[in-house]
Amino acid sequence: MNTVNFLLMRQEILLASIVILLIVAEIFVPANRKKSIVHLALLLFSIHTLVGFLPMAEGILFGGMFRNTTLIHLFKNILNIGVLILLFQSADWLQHKIFSQDRGTEFFVLLFTSLLGMYFMISAGDFLMFYLGLELSTLPIAALAAYETHKLTSSEAAVKFILSAALASGVALFGISLLYAVSGSIYFDVIAANIVQNPLTALALVLFLSGLGFKISLVPFHFWTADVYEGAPICVASYLSVISKGAAAFILMIILFTVLKPLIDIWENIMYVLAVATMTLGNLFALRQQNMKRFLAFSSIAQAGFILLGLITGTQLGATTMVYFIAIYIFSNLAAFGVVQAISQKTDKENMSDYEGLYRTNPNLSLVMMLALFSLAGIPPVAGFFGKFFLFTATASEGYYLLVFIAVANVTVSLYYYLLVIRAMFLRTRPDAIPYFKSSLYMKIGLIATVLGILSLGLYSPLYEYIHELSSKLL
Amino acid sequence: MITDISLYEVLTVTTLLFFIGVYGFITRKNLISMLISVELILNASVLNFVFFNQYLYPEMLQGAIFSIFIIAVAAAETALAVAIIINLYRKISSVEVADVENMKY
Repeated sequence: MNTVNFLLMRQEILLASIVILLIVAEIFVPANRKKSIVHLALLLFSIHTLVGFLPMAEGILFGGMFRNTTLIHLFKNILNIGVLILLFQSADWLQHKIFSQDRGTEFFVLLFTSLLGMYFMISAGDFLMFYLGLELSTLPIAALAAYETHKLTSSEAAVKFILSAALASGVALFGISLLYAVSGSIYFDVIAANIVQNPLTALALVLFLSGLGFKISLVPFHFWTADVYEGAPICVASYLSVISKGAAAFILMIILFTVLKPLIDIWENIMYVLAVATMTLGNLFALRQQNMKRFLAFSSIAQAGFILLGLITGTQLGATTMVYFIAIYIFSNLAAFGVVQAISQKTDKENMSDYEGLYRTNPNLSLVMMLALFSLAGIPPVAGFFGKFFLFTATASEGYYLLVFIAVANVTVSLYYYLLVIRAMFLRTRPDAIPYFKSSLYMKIGLIATVLGILSLGLYSPLYEYIHELSSKLL
Repeated sequence: MITDISLYEVLTVTTLLFFIGVYGFITRKNLISMLISVELILNASVLNFVFFNQYLYPEMLQGAIFSIFIIAVAAAETALAVAIIINLYRKISSVEVADVENMKY
């Protein structure tokens, strides 16, 4: 094996070096200058994101355990951009709330380690690498959820998260062990060649799906979502809802489309039921939420149901629209969480009724929030509309008319509760409305980047065609 | 391979272990007991991997290697979970599930 081959995992190596560098910086930076680590981490990660866009060869490493294709490379770049925006949005919170307690560097170390785990998870070529990546991405998030150690809700969220995560990965492992029994290998290629439809593989599939369904928070496995989002720090909730969910949905797509392709008759039906249940229940529960974090949690559950629509088709078109939808969803949800974070950081207010009259005092923030919610609801001409439109087209072209009908009905319901927030911001007033405040420069950059994404991604069709071209190799 | 014991008997044990774990996770009212139940589930998968390797595919060691990784990761998982539970215990002096339901619905 040639040393040059290791360049295939260039992004992983770079990110791991950033983590080590930050740990070294934590040791050598004097205590009164600790806040500058935020700038250092932002600079390093920006460089990492830019370097990620350099073209990369396709290939496999470690006898097939690790592989890199252009689609995986593109998806890692999407995740990078998401994390970069998230860092910009949380820089101010870190500097004022966390670094004053002298424990800020760990935040970056944990966050980047979790992202590293996601890289390995989506690049996995066998179930061992997949499992290690899954755990490496989940465990740091549990520590991050407990990050505000003085708050009871933060610990509660972390306990709920780590216990459900451990259960989910245990169940998924049992499924993987059954797949190993059937095929005699843990490598994706060998399993795909060897499995046949029988009750044992069906059981393995169901167990495996319930493990991954937890990560994407599909409906029977969603109970942790709202509590963890509410209790954890906002940037962690935002990370869970966009980056973690996006990566898990992506690897689920790869595994279903390549490894478990012979079982398509079974998982098609399972996905159908899961998609309908996820969309409907997520929307119904979102209707009655008052806390913005819980509200966004249930809205992200409902969005996960839409993501599944692309999976059901099992075609190249479905895969393309799903990746495209996830890219748009990352920008929209980051914008919504960014506004919630900006407001919560200045005023500690997180309820929907606190947002009344926001347009009169903070017009820019409420405009960003409006764009984000329009994009999540799918109103033209913002990007979310195109994401949903393509997704529904792909599903309908395979003949799932009833499913598309249910999805469209759900979009209508979701429009109602997204508009509730917009009504509170624009039409209502209250005497003790949130006063005008200026966000920090980093927060502004983070919000402007999301707005640009929301406005341009839908109209910039070369991206869609590029994903379409790349996903042809997937099948 | 163990003489006189077939794969079916072994699988019965691991499957029982798995479902005892799931049952325990759902019914237990104590966070530490729930953690122990999760360990049962993980160990059921470890046993599964080792036995499938020994009985069905003894020429390759994939299952055995996998089980070593699961044990290592499970240890890390438990350490983190216990740390979080201790942090919670410091605040409310309890590890009962009934005491950690400030956020609901």
